[in-house]
Amino acid sequence: MTTLNSKIPQGNLADKWTTYKSTCKLVNPSNKRKLDIIVVGTGLAGASAAASLGELGYNVKAFCYQDSPRRAHSIAAQGGINAAKNYQNDGDSVYRLFYDTIKGGDYRSREANVYRLAEVSNGIIDQCVAQGVPFARDYGGLLDNRSFGGAQVSRTFYARGQTGQQLLLGAYSTLSRQINKGTVKLYNRRDMLDVVVVDGKARGIIVRNLVTGEIEKHFGHAVVLATGGYGNAYFLSTNAMGSNVTPLWRAYKKGAFFSNACFTQIHPTCIPVHGDFQSKLTLMSESLRNDGRIWVPKKLEDVAKLRKRDIKPSDIPEEDRDYYLERRYPAFGNLVPRDVASRAAKERCDAGFGVSHSGLAVFLDFKESIARLGKNVIEERYGNLFQMYEQIINENPYETPMMIYPAVHYTMGGIWVDYDLMTTIPGLFAIGECNFSDHGANRLGASALMQGLADGYFVLPYTISNYLSSEIHTKRIPTDAPEFVQAENDLKQQLAKLMNIKGKQSVDSIHKKFGKIMWEYCGMGRTEEGLKKGLSLVPDIKKEFWTDLFIPGEMNEFNPELEKASRLIDFIELGELMMRDALQRRESCGGHFREEMQTEDGEAKRDDENFAFVSAWEFKGADNEPQLHKEQLNFEVAKPSQRSYK
Amino acid sequence: MDLTLKIWRQKNSSSKGKFETYKVNDVSPDSSFFEMLDTLNQQIIEKGNDPVAFDHDCREGICGTCSLYINGRPHGPKRGITTCQLHMRSFKNGDTIVVEPWRAKPFPLVKDLIVDRSALDLIIQAGGYVSVNTGGIPDANAIPIPKMNADLAMDAASCIGCGACVASCANASAMLFVGAKVSQLALLPQGKIEAANRVQKMVAEMDRLGFGNCSNTYACEAECPKEIKVTNIARMNRQFMKAKVCAEKHEAASFGG
Repeated sequence: MTTLNSKIPQGNLADKWTTYKSTCKLVNPSNKRKLDIIVVGTGLAGASAAASLGELGYNVKAFCYQDSPRRAHSIAAQGGINAAKNYQNDGDSVYRLFYDTIKGGDYRSREANVYRLAEVSNGIIDQCVAQGVPFARDYGGLLDNRSFGGAQVSRTFYARGQTGQQLLLGAYSTLSRQINKGTVKLYNRRDMLDVVVVDGKARGIIVRNLVTGEIEKHFGHAVVLATGGYGNAYFLSTNAMGSNVTPLWRAYKKGAFFSNACFTQIHPTCIPVHGDFQSKLTLMSESLRNDGRIWVPKKLEDVAKLRKRDIKPSDIPEEDRDYYLERRYPAFGNLVPRDVASRAAKERCDAGFGVSHSGLAVFLDFKESIARLGKNVIEERYGNLFQMYEQIINENPYETPMMIYPAVHYTMGGIWVDYDLMTTIPGLFAIGECNFSDHGANRLGASALMQGLADGYFVLPYTISNYLSSEIHTKRIPTDAPEFVQAENDLKQQLAKLMNIKGKQSVDSIHKKFGKIMWEYCGMGRTEEGLKKGLSLVPDIKKEFWTDLFIPGEMNEFNPELEKASRLIDFIELGELMMRDALQRRESCGGHFREEMQTEDGEAKRDDENFAFVSAWEFKGADNEPQLHKEQLNFEVAKPSQRSYK
Repeated sequence: MDLTLKIWRQKNSSSKGKFETYKVNDVSPDSSFFEMLDTLNQQIIEKGNDPVAFDHDCREGICGTCSLYINGRPHGPKRGITTCQLHMRSFKNGDTIVVEPWRAKPFPLVKDLIVDRSALDLIIQAGGYVSVNTGGIPDANAIPIPKMNADLAMDAASCIGCGACVASCANASAMLFVGAKVSQLALLPQGKIEAANRVQKMVAEMDRLGFGNCSNTYACEAECPKEIKVTNIARMNRQFMKAKVCAEKHEAASFGG
């Protein structure tokens, strides 16, 4: 039986990573050339890892489902990336970034991993500047910073509202350089559909060529998953249309444990849902909360008039506005962490104060900052976001407040990894959003970019050598080995089974139904009763999928409906695990809010005595319930306290 | 809104394509262009037929996956946005909308409205980077950069690699795409060291892949969803001339890459 060993190095928290780097096993340059590494995904984590491993001399194969590695969804990150540079002289330090991240995650992440993340954060900024990433600068030519939620310092580096884009293009350019040198071979438009395990170790993957439909087998001495989050389980989210859980889910079915599946981040500032035809939700960066103030009317009669468009937001006088975040959380105000801001918006809307026609929206108002700083400054800071908003809503946010509402954005849960970022399958690594490791139950803004690049540039290159040092005698396994052939045949059968359902419904129509179940019962507020109800509905959805789905076209051709179908069934199975995980966690923490467990003033009530653990689910076969393992969390430095932003 | 769509359908690169006409009714003016196409595809699937294949991913105007000529214009009738940001309120009830794929020799067709834009990746691989490895980097504030240069670099760097510049150009030139990357890196001290080498490699690769030359129609700037300026092409031309004129010096500094 697999047991959980997090392999956290001994010693003081601040020395662990230094000690690890000086004592981990290395692979010499001539042996690196003999070792193949597969990296799946080319977002911040995948591209930075593939490039860095290529530079070191390994043979890297990089895979992405997009037509180009530059299109991975990291590109859509807007606001910024955190680092503990303390350029602002405002009291920042590695320790403070570590502490804010642990506290922001509501004490459900591993101290050692988070400390390492804070430690390597500064190197990321140096690296990106050297690559030519055009971060925002002040008139003296030095780097500028802004503030993000959950911190009282300004430590967020940014490139207008396109920070993710610029960081990804930096990583993409270094990846391109390695592709040119021949150390990395790129496979675009490939869906990873299985991991191949030989003698207990990950030795390759099976992919589908999305253009030809051909099934391909690839060998690697190690396999790295960098495939992002699974927010699209809800159908509507801020993720890209193609973002999916399939590589993780197939790894889970081959023995990798899945952790904290229920920890989902609902981002407070997104453009509200406006119709049944809607295909995705659009994020408005958290950075807007630096200068925007969130409010709803104090009087219900004003709400009614707003909804009927009898009055404009600007007609409501100051004294009749409820700046509820500033009221409830005076210390952090509009910059409380995302989970807190989202719940507060839901609370006001549930109480009937929602300002849009649907009742599910609050105002994000820039009037005061435009008066204080001038329209030009606001335009320079957020111009592209304001333009995006105007495109979608057809209102000018310089003149009338934005309407926003929370939406599914990021998943803190993911594949369980140890300190080496290795999963419970030896040789299979998981980096970036797809692992569970650094953000606990809630991620702070501008920390996803930090984690992706930390894992890819600075952590994995060390930890993977520690594993590969014992693989230098392993010969390349030919892909006609029985394990590869078996995996290929299983997959072909599975795809044929999908094609042969020949029902009536499109993939999207089933996905929309399932998404509604997830949002209703496993969204911002969760209850014992609701989760049980949600779980009871899963078998029907599965049955609908397996009997009434229709996929047009053929298996061996470009077939987007087949891609979506194969992803959807994994989302449905994952959704079941998310609800199961949410049900067992009888406490409120971070993004996981169990309505039964709250303080008198409506804050999340954590239960450290019983739930200071990472859940890690083991697949036990399609007909059995998964088994729950627990990794106890020990806090030696950042002692858990009630998370207060008041 | 009720609309008529004329859409280019082509099974793959080796088969012949043609326009098919479709009707879509009750389209909400608040829906996006792709949500309208989703509705159409839903109708097609319900009839048991093959839906229209089109490239899309982030649906918020940043990943550069989407393309499409809409009524003869890359990314549709509005300036400064991608197709995925286009909303149906930009059209009128009863309109006929013609939808075609990007047409440029270096972008071979994959299926229906999807083309292969790997050529743009190849140009970046030829030199669109600063040759630094991970680690051993000086502090990020070690070299101050004038704000003006940083801002101009950012303007150029906002290119999303969608290929609208190529699609809009009568010569299928990729000069705006290449000029943007050359400019971004040439404007920053970190990129200056390899500037001469970079511009020559990228231009050579662009030529090799069959992209045409620039004849200053500025269609690229007009259609660029990120409104990247043709001044970047001028800057690239200056870089290119400088590199050619100072060939010897460039040889001495050409290591790297």
